[in-house]
Order: sequence, then C-alpha cells, then structure tokens
Amino acid sequence: MNKPMRRVAIFCGLLILALLARVNWVQFVQADELQNDANNRRTIIERYAQPRGDIIVDGEPVTGSVETDDDDFTYERTYTDGELWAPVTGFTSLFRSATMLEGVEDEFLTGDDDRLFFNNTIDMLTGEDPRGGNVVTTLNADAQRAAYEGLGDAKGAVAAIDPRTGAVLALVSTPSFDPNTVTGNSEEASEAFAALSEDPDEPTLNRALRQTYPPGSTFKLVTATGALENGLLPDVDEPTDTPDPYYLPGTESEVTNLTNDRCENATLRIALVDSCNTVFAKLSDELGNEQMIETAESFGYNQGEDLTIPIRVQESVYPEDNAPQNAQAGFGQASNRATPLQMAMVAAAIANNGTLMEPYMVDKLVAPNLNVIEQHEPQEFSRPMSPETAQQMQSAMESVVSDGPSHDAASIDGVTVGGKTGTAQHGEENSENPYAWFVSYAMVDDESPVAVAVVVEDAGVERDAISGSGLAAPIAHDVMEAVLGSQE
Amino acid sequence: MSSTSNTTVSTGGLPSRRNTELAMLVFAVLLPVLAYANVGLAKDESLPAGMAGYGLGLGLLAGVMHLVVRRWAPYADPLLLPVAVLLNGMGLVLIWRLDQEPTITTDSLGGPMAPNQLLWSTVGVALFILVLLFLKDHRILQRYTYISMVVALVLLVMPLVPGLGKNVNGARIWVSLPGVGSLQPAEFAKIIIVVFFSGYLMVKRDALALASRRFMGLYLPRGRDLGPILVVWAISLMILVLETDLGTSLLFFGVFVIMLYIATERTSWIVFGLLLSVGGAVFVASFNSHVKTRVDQWLDPLALASNGGVTESAQVMYSFGSGGLFGSGLGQGFSRLIGGIGAKSDYILATVGEELGLAGMMAIILLYALLIERGFRTALAARDPFGKLLAGGLTAVFALQIFVVAGGVTGVIPLTGMTMPFLAQGGSSVIANWALIALLLRISDTARKPAPAPAPSLDAEETQVVRA
Repeated sequence: MNKPMRRVAIFCGLLILALLARVNWVQFVQADELQNDANNRRTIIERYAQPRGDIIVDGEPVTGSVETDDDDFTYERTYTDGELWAPVTGFTSLFRSATMLEGVEDEFLTGDDDRLFFNNTIDMLTGEDPRGGNVVTTLNADAQRAAYEGLGDAKGAVAAIDPRTGAVLALVSTPSFDPNTVTGNSEEASEAFAALSEDPDEPTLNRALRQTYPPGSTFKLVTATGALENGLLPDVDEPTDTPDPYYLPGTESEVTNLTNDRCENATLRIALVDSCNTVFAKLSDELGNEQMIETAESFGYNQGEDLTIPIRVQESVYPEDNAPQNAQAGFGQASNRATPLQMAMVAAAIANNGTLMEPYMVDKLVAPNLNVIEQHEPQEFSRPMSPETAQQMQSAMESVVSDGPSHDAASIDGVTVGGKTGTAQHGEENSENPYAWFVSYAMVDDESPVAVAVVVEDAGVERDAISGSGLAAPIAHDVMEAVLGSQE
Repeated sequence: MSSTSNTTVSTGGLPSRRNTELAMLVFAVLLPVLAYANVGLAKDESLPAGMAGYGLGLGLLAGVMHLVVRRWAPYADPLLLPVAVLLNGMGLVLIWRLDQEPTITTDSLGGPMAPNQLLWSTVGVALFILVLLFLKDHRILQRYTYISMVVALVLLVMPLVPGLGKNVNGARIWVSLPGVGSLQPAEFAKIIIVVFFSGYLMVKRDALALASRRFMGLYLPRGRDLGPILVVWAISLMILVLETDLGTSLLFFGVFVIMLYIATERTSWIVFGLLLSVGGAVFVASFNSHVKTRVDQWLDPLALASNGGVTESAQVMYSFGSGGLFGSGLGQGFSRLIGGIGAKSDYILATVGEELGLAGMMAIILLYALLIERGFRTALAARDPFGKLLAGGLTAVFALQIFVVAGGVTGVIPLTGMTMPFLAQGGSSVIANWALIALLLRISDTARKPAPAPAPSLDAEETQVVRA
C-alpha cells in the first residue's frame, strides 16, 4: 500500500503548494490593489487614527481634532469659525476625499508625508503620540472677517493678496457652510453632506478660486495696460481718438457708454474713471486678439490647471476670437472670464510697480515638534508691464477712486487707494442681475500691502441698485482697512 | 522496497527522540507566550494580565502530554506533539487577541472566547491522554468497524434531528446539548468514519481491487462492492443538501476515495470518485442558493452585496491585502471589520494574514504541512494494513480539511464553513483534533517500537513480509 500512499502524500503536498502559491498571490501580488480598494475601510480608519495636524491663521489654529467614542474613527476633525474659513480649509470627511488645504496638504496633515518620517521616528522613540504636521497659512484673520461680514447674506467672493509677495490675505466665498456638520461618522453627518451637495446655492463651491465670472469693466485695467505697454498711447492723459458711439469692427453693432458724454476722444484716465466701453473696445481692436491674449496671459490668464496656490485655481480665460468679439472682450463683456483671485492679481501687478508675484497661501509646513519642514519663498510670476506703465496705471486708478462714483465707499483717510469698478452683464440677453465687481489696492509709503478683488453675484437688491461702487467697493474698503490696521 | 525506505519501515527500532520533543515543546510554549506579550504591548502598552495564566495553562498541558507520551508512547514521532501545541497556543493567542475587539465580542456574539477555548483545549488534552492511556494498540479499533459506522452516521445525522440541531449562518451543522453548549458532531464523525473505512477496506480491499471488470480502460468494481461507495456518496450529498455543509461532504467523500485508492491501488477508483463528486457538486450547485452564493463570492470576492455593503469575503481579502509581506503586527490589524463570529472561527486565517503577514501565513501553512508530512510518514512506517489505512486516512482528513478551509478563506476554492484545526475557535474541533493527534502518535509509536508487538492477525503480518 506504500506506493499509493506516497502518491496521496504527494497529492496533499500539491494541495499545500496551491495554498502557498495562493497566499503569495494575494498577499504579495495583489496586496497593493486590495489595500487601496475604495471599499477597504482600513484606509479611512488609519486616516483618523491619530490627531490631524492643524491649519493655522495668524498663529491660531482654525482647525482641531477631538477624540470620539466611535469604534473605527478615533479622532474627528473640528473647525473653528467653520463658515468663515471653509474656502481656505475645505473639509475632510468620511464621505468624500478632502478638499482645499485639507485635501492639498492631506499627507502632511495626516503625518504620512515622507518629509515627516524623521520627526515621526524621533517621536516614536521618545514616546510621543504620533500626530500630523501643521500648515501655516498667509491669511489675515481680520481681513478675512471683514470680507466675510461685508458680503453678509449676499452671494459672492473676495480675494485679497499682498502685491509685494503674492501672499493671499483673504479668501472668502458666500454662501458658506460649516464643515463641522459633515466630519463625523453619523447619520446626521451623511445627511448634512447630501444636503450640501444638492444645495442649489452651492455652498461648497469656492467662488474666489473656482468660479469664473465675466470681469466686466474691471478688465479695462488689462486692456489699458496692453495699450500703454504696446505703445498705442504714450500716457494715460493722451486723448484716444475714440468716436462715441463706436461700432464693433465690421458690424453694425453699436457700443455705447452708460455715463455722460466725456467718453468721446477721452483720455485713458477719463475712460477708466467714467468706465467708457467705447474707448476699450477700440483699444482692444487696435491691439488685436493676439496682443490681447498675450497681455492677459502675462497677468495669469489661460494657465490651464497650472495655477495652484497650492489649491488649484480655476483657469481664467481670454480665448481666441474674431474681431468684434475681441473688441467687446476689451471691456470685459465677451467670452473672457476671470476668477476673483485673477482680478486681484491684476490689481496687485499694477500696485507692485509692474511685477506680479506668484500667489500662495501656505507660508510654511511645520512638523509637530515645530521644526519647519518647508518655507515658502515669494516668487516672481511675471512682469506684465514696465514700472513706468505701472505708475501711469496707478495714477489712473487713484483718479478712479478720488473722482469716480466709488469715492465715498472706497477711499481711506491718509491712504492712497486705487481701484476700478465693474458691473458685468450676464445671462441670456443680459436678463439676469449683473455681477458687481470692485478691484482695488491700498498704497502706504510707495508700497502696496494689499490688493483686493470683490465680486457680488447676487445681493438680493433691485437691478438698478447694482453697481460695483455701491455693492462691492465698501467690502474692498473694509478688507484694505483691516489689512492696514493689522500692520500697524 | 528501496533502501531509503529503511528509515520509515524499520524492524530495528529508532531512537525515541523524547528529549528532542521536550526541547521543541519548550519552544512551542514560549512562542505563544511571547505572542501574548506582543498583543498586550500593541493594544494597551502593558503586558496582558492573562498572559501568565494562559502561558502556565499551555505549559502545563504540554508538560503533561509530554510525560504521558514519554511513559506510554515512548517511540512516537517527536514532531507531532510540539507542532500541535504550537498551533493550539497560537490559536489561543489569536482568539484572545480578537476578544480585545469590542465590536466582535458583544454578548450576543458570545462574549470573550479565549477562556472557553482554553477549557476546551484542556478537554481535548484529556481525551488525548485517555487515548494514549487506554488504547495500547491501535489494532483494537479494528474490532469496532461496524459500530464505528453506526456511530459516525448517527453523529452526522444528529444536526437534522429537530430540537437537537440548530441552524447557524445557513448551515445546520451544530447540535446544542443542554449544559454543555454547542457541538459540531461532524468533527468527531470524521475520525470515527476513518476508523470504519480502515476496518472495512482492510477486509474488502482484495475484492475491490481484483474482482472487477475492465471497461473502456477502467477497472469497474462489482455492484456489491460498489454499493457502500454509492452509499457514502449519497450520504455526503445528503449532508450537503440537508445541512448545507459543503466542507464536511467534500471531506468525507474525498477521504473515502483516497482510502479506497490506497487500499486497492487502483487508479480507476479515483476517476470514478472524481466523476461522482463532480456530478454531485454540479447537481447541488445548480439548485441550492446557499452554495450558489458561495460560488459567486468565490468568483468575485470584492463584489458588493446586493444592499451595497461590503461582503465578508471582500473583508477577508482586504485583510490579506493589508497584511502584505510582514503583517501589521499582532493586535494592530483590523480583521474585526470582517465582523460577526466568523472572525474567530472560519476566518481566523484572515487575522493571521493581516497581523503576521505573508511570512506568518506561510509559517502556519508549513506547520500544518509538517503535521501532514509526519502523518504520512507514520502511515508509511506502520507495519499493519489497518494501521496504514488508519494513519493515512486520518492524515488525509486533516490535509483535506486544511485545504478546504485555507483554500476557501484565501479563495483557491469556494468558501465552506469549517474550522482550521487547533487555530480556530471551536470546542468540538480542538477536542477531536487532539484525539486525532493521539491516534497518530499511537500508530507511530507502534511502528517505531524496536520489538514489534505480536500481531493479532498472522495474515496481516505475512502479507507485510511478502510486500516488504
């Protein structure tokens, strides 16, 4: 009986071999795939196994972590003034991947970042509990609050940057939401998340970075810069030889102006103060589509997905177009669109004497033991204009505030303020309420510490009451004042 | 026989190797104790309170078993006992470790199970000692061939008796005894039926092997010899259908085919057996929804359940994947996500895979392989055909069970509800497997004894001489 016994033994050996081969396949070949499977709860459990690092504004964390009694999730994310900071922090929840800074710096905040390895090892050896690193932002709490309160119940966004460095000082989007409602592992949290996703007002949309609007008259700053830079005009006080009304090239379409009759043959300064559409339509046409695209791109337009601060910024576009469209784009009423941050960058480049700094909102990444892991160095983004052109533009923008309709709303005692209003038509045949824009900067001792762009989509007011100077300028004023105040 | 077989089949006797066994036993007890410390440190950063208790308990059991073997089975194989002790010890650690997870240790799920498992292990060890003490020669069992058959059949049918059997997770394989708890009679039946097969085949082997007609290249047996085979086939099908116990039916039928082949040395039995089992499996799978679900989950383990939930089979695969090469370390995995009572019984290998990694999994599988190898070696060494068949049958049962469970959990074959011997939680299983090890030790002791005991059957002895 030994011969069949040996064969059976070999057969059983083969069974064992099959088991060994299978576990090698599952635990070696398939391991990564299984580990990263979307339905594998381990990933999310490990995410919340240790306190997440904080996002810090002005030295104070705007986030926190609390221990829960949940079986799977040891820590839960909390947010201080969640509605105020939501466009900056974003949120991290069980129901969706993290957004905004929570998402971009996720690895660092959870402590998984390779750069934290050394610190984590030291912590482990010294018996410290593991925790994530902190993200220190460039934001200014006073400016953020001023912008948020200024927008109030209106739908809109504010972006403010420091023109000298590109540091983002305020980033507000309304209506906002409280991220605290969606962080937990509960029925209410998942319902709150579902409600947020379905809200027609899109509270989770970061309007300052992710929504593009027709820039309206604020785009005239770009057209004016292009005209001066390309030598169409020697300075802002040279008459432009513009007829009123102006006909779009090759068409019978008339471009008119909303204000008085100063627009005919106006200088750039007057054209900016009175927001003369005719002047900028003609300048845009004279520059041509290619030149206009080039100018817009030097301010940050048409960047695709490349512009990150480090949150990805929606692309602002100035597209290729035919002549009449291009002329209309010259005063911001065609297919060109911009994010509020983009318009703040335009104001910042002018305020910073022609040098546009790369916008950023993470100043440094700090390990739990306070070691600085990464420090941001301000970078030049581009030079859209010469210092001379910048001075001309500053002088004109200052006239806009001192002589224009936004004077009462925007000017600050003892500070030079330059600005530009905008009222952007939108909707089919301009049927919907226009967007109110205001971009501005404040200047102290020949240096500008703040440039700001405000857009109010819908403030719930009568159509006739909508204007950049009426709705948006006061908010810009408060933000600039807050920045100046906190620097004293 | 070639000269190499002298090491297995020997009339000269072998060194007893009892001291080797003792040294390995020390290791087999120490390893689980260290594993306890590991779990405690990982979970609470302190040595667990129960560590001393479990360690002492396991050490005591191992010591007593060793002394019994030393006294009553001095020439037994030295590897069987240490490997079984190590597996039992690791099983206790794994169950205790899973007891630390509140979500799968609720009252409705039976609460902590490690203390009971230690108790059942003790009962198993007691049975082990009784077997070695009272069964001086395994050939005595030959007398109980037909009684064994009756007992095995009764045990198999017990779960179907109303009021006695109970349905758990779609399989009716438990019997609840008042005051004792739940038992899985199939675990005991598997040993007893091997005793029956050995006795029956030893008598019938020549008839089965020689009295057959050649048909299409196969030796077909006579109808009256075929009868019992068809009966066993029908019984295993009945178990499958009525108790929906895939594992047990596969086990019983597989063991019968293997033992038939060993006894008759005719390949035709294997072909015949395979045809019958494939036929039975297809027949059952085509209308039984329980079996069909298992097959579907085997083909696509990561598929979500109909309500969108993650299935147990998916959770098990995630456990294995998360373990990777070296595992998360004992106490640091998430196999509790599998949920329910399965984590401590059927799916305990998932915890091994996740917390000890591929390395640990292979080590555990190789420990089982070692037991199987020693079992077959004992069968080869046995001098009497009954002992050969018994040892071979018991080892085959053990090997098939390992393959069916481990293969089911890791996805080589569809999942069947059975326990991993020694490792998984379950009283019947640990008791029955200790008895199985005791029988193997007894046979190997007889085989390796220097002076062969006088054979009760002269026929058997002579046959052996001729064949050797």
